[in-house]
Amino acid sequence: MTSQSIAALVESANQLYRDYDFTSVKEWKARTGGLAIGFMPIYVPRELLHAQGCLPVGVMGGGDDLEIIRGDAYYQSYICHIPRSTIELGLGGKLDCLDGMLFPAICDVIRNLSGMWKLEFPGKLSRYLDVPQDFEDDMGGVFYRAELEELSADLARRGARPYDAEALRTSIAVYNRLSALVRELYQLRRDEPWLVPTAELYCLLRAATIWPVEDAILHLETYRDLVRADASRQPMDQARVILAGSFCEQPPLGLIKTLERSGCYIVDDDFVQVHRWLVQPVSTAGDPLDALVSAFLHHAMDSPTRYCGEATKGVELVQRVAAAAAEGVLLCAPSFCDPALLDQPMAVDALEAAGVPWTAFKYAENNGQFQVIREQAGTFADSIKLWSGV
Amino acid sequence: MTPKTRDAATAQKDDSQLRQKEMIAAHYSRLARTHETGERSVYTFVPGNLTELIRNFDLLPVLPEINALQSAMRGKSKEYIAAAEREGHSEDVCTYVKCDVGMKRAGNVGPTGERLPDPDLLLLSYTGCFTFMKWFEILKREYDCPVTMLHVPYQGEGEITKSMRDYVVEQIKKKVIPALEKASGKKYDEDKLKEQLRRSAQAEDDLVAVLESAKHKPSPIDAYFGGVYYIGPIFTAFRGTQDAVDYYRLLRAETEEAVRAGRGPITPSGELKEEKYRLVVEGPPNWTNFRQFWEMFVDEGAVCVASTYTKVGGVYDAGFRHDPDRPLESLAEYCLGCYTNLNLPSRVEMLERYVREYQADGLLINSIKSCNSFSAGQLMILREIEERTGVPGGFVESDLVDPRYFSGANIKNRLESYFQMIEQKRQGVTA
Ligand code: SF4
Ligand code: SF4
Repeated sequence: MTSQSIAALVESANQLYRDYDFTSVKEWKARTGGLAIGFMPIYVPRELLHAQGCLPVGVMGGGDDLEIIRGDAYYQSYICHIPRSTIELGLGGKLDCLDGMLFPAICDVIRNLSGMWKLEFPGKLSRYLDVPQDFEDDMGGVFYRAELEELSADLARRGARPYDAEALRTSIAVYNRLSALVRELYQLRRDEPWLVPTAELYCLLRAATIWPVEDAILHLETYRDLVRADASRQPMDQARVILAGSFCEQPPLGLIKTLERSGCYIVDDDFVQVHRWLVQPVSTAGDPLDALVSAFLHHAMDSPTRYCGEATKGVELVQRVAAAAAEGVLLCAPSFCDPALLDQPMAVDALEAAGVPWTAFKYAENNGQFQVIREQAGTFADSIKLWSGV
Repeated sequence: MTPKTRDAATAQKDDSQLRQKEMIAAHYSRLARTHETGERSVYTFVPGNLTELIRNFDLLPVLPEINALQSAMRGKSKEYIAAAEREGHSEDVCTYVKCDVGMKRAGNVGPTGERLPDPDLLLLSYTGCFTFMKWFEILKREYDCPVTMLHVPYQGEGEITKSMRDYVVEQIKKKVIPALEKASGKKYDEDKLKEQLRRSAQAEDDLVAVLESAKHKPSPIDAYFGGVYYIGPIFTAFRGTQDAVDYYRLLRAETEEAVRAGRGPITPSGELKEEKYRLVVEGPPNWTNFRQFWEMFVDEGAVCVASTYTKVGGVYDAGFRHDPDRPLESLAEYCLGCYTNLNLPSRVEMLERYVREYQADGLLINSIKSCNSFSAGQLMILREIEERTGVPGGFVESDLVDPRYFSGANIKNRLESYFQMIEQKRQGVTA
């Protein structure tokens, strides 16, 4: 019974995030009359959108089931896949239900896409969300607050509710709950990875960028309770690995299943980081906009898209290995992804210095063949198990 | 090859080109002697470079992009890139970075064959290109010196807001100046900076006059291939110096004389005698086969009358000038205004203006395989310009410094078809 319920829940999440017609978003709009605002990876302050009555909608590209007809005429072959699937969705009218799109400052491809969106969809809100790379309150903080104020004013001009501090405090509390749940599921997977297969968690996290946050919380709680109660889930002899580098263009589900089938327990990853970007609860005391700013400056995840300052690159990955008791790292980046691939040699140096085994491969969100990766990951998992048994 | 269109292939050089060569050689030789002279150096990037401020502290700027392109022109980039890839740098990423890493491994020998000094400061001016941040994170591990990040926000909404300017000014005041003071052991001198900026603005006036001379028919300059020479000193190391003022005055005088005489640009094979096609070019050039690439244009009588690449170091022709009365604010606006910091609609507007004002026959894009900052969106730019102006667009692909991605025959074929397209369009109009 429990297994069936889990399967049904995961399948509904899977269907939802693969629904390129965004039917659930249309229904939400019809029901509430609110604005739906799309956002690309990695992070946007969804709390602010929620507080102004908007539905944040994750637009994380297409998968292996989205046919690219027009998108390839917009991008050369040496540019990653996510912008072409996003343009494809836009030109195909699939994103018409969105009243706007936010493009976070993570790389030049998404940066330039923000301008393409302005040219292609002049009637829609299209905003590049710049984020500071200086993390001082009196510099980066002041700048970021102004960015958020402008975003808020832009939303209000488009018909969203005007900014209200109390509403934002309430929204912060709701999103704190979502983040806490996601962290709890990550912890559960670290502790008992057989309970939380990554292929399932991934579907839920993707859907949780589209579900209204209140629904996302309910579904994740249900999932957590069901897997805890599922006695059929038993440990297997799998290698514990961290999968790093997939923070923007998301891998196809088939790739994750392939890795798990090839003998890996993925005990930490970079998927759908928007839910975990802020690593601590955002304060609900004081000025809520300042609280969001402060959380971004001082309590955000390390990321290749964020300047490392005085820190040494790769150290954080090694710390994650220790925290997750991982036995190896899969460096799994989208092809042509500057942030991930430019970071990789630094990550490798740190892993090697710490004696952590690693292997690397690239993917595109629309890959359908995983034979080579299956063999590579299988060999890697076998070698880990072999050496850990010595 | 159509030799009747130009002089016999004897390389001609204007006085300004010789002068520039001397200036740059002197700069590199000064860099090579820092271990004797005790002078100190700052590595920084071309877009958003704070040359005047660096020189305010008598520090010497070193620009890794320039080193990379010089390495390519000297035929060294292939081995440098291979060395970086052997170390695990991906084949997918910016080849400037890999060329720089490989150059470091090979002893950090600069374009004059002498060793460049290690930096006393890495000034990460983060403007217009994401790769810069990674590049200096990588270099930070190579050198025992501090890094200072100057984050320059992107003109996502097509304008420079007060909050953006204030953010940059605050960083200059609170982070960059103290870091430069520490690296140099000298105090910031605002009066000196004002004087430097006054000289910058003077040189910028003359540079704009040179660039705009291409509005004449025939154009006395090539604003893409030649343009990277003309603008060199503005961004290499000399902005704010008397040398730069003198150089641009000389260049302007030569250009004005060429206009009076109705002369075409000086190319690697001499003066271009017959201007058949006027092109606007978007994207960086290829450096490994620079001369070969340029000659493909020369052979067809094509002149580049305006280019965007020459605006990565500043959009002076759009009106920007360093302003001695607002020194730090104007440095901030300079950083914020560089071409690659403009959003796509602004880039399209700039190109549209160029096509019209320079009476161009077409827009040609040289798309660089490993440069997302330029390349992502170029196909859309091409279509927009074709629609808005009616001129035909051409598209070729190469790389900046990786010779593996320069296919001469392929590019030449494409260019020939493109010029035919322009010809057909002309005949269609006159028919
Ligand atoms: S996959 Fe990488 S390069 Fe492509 S848009 Fe995302 S972060 Fe940028
Ligand atoms: S602008 Fe392009 S070529 Fe220059 S550093 Fe950035 S990615 Fe490399």
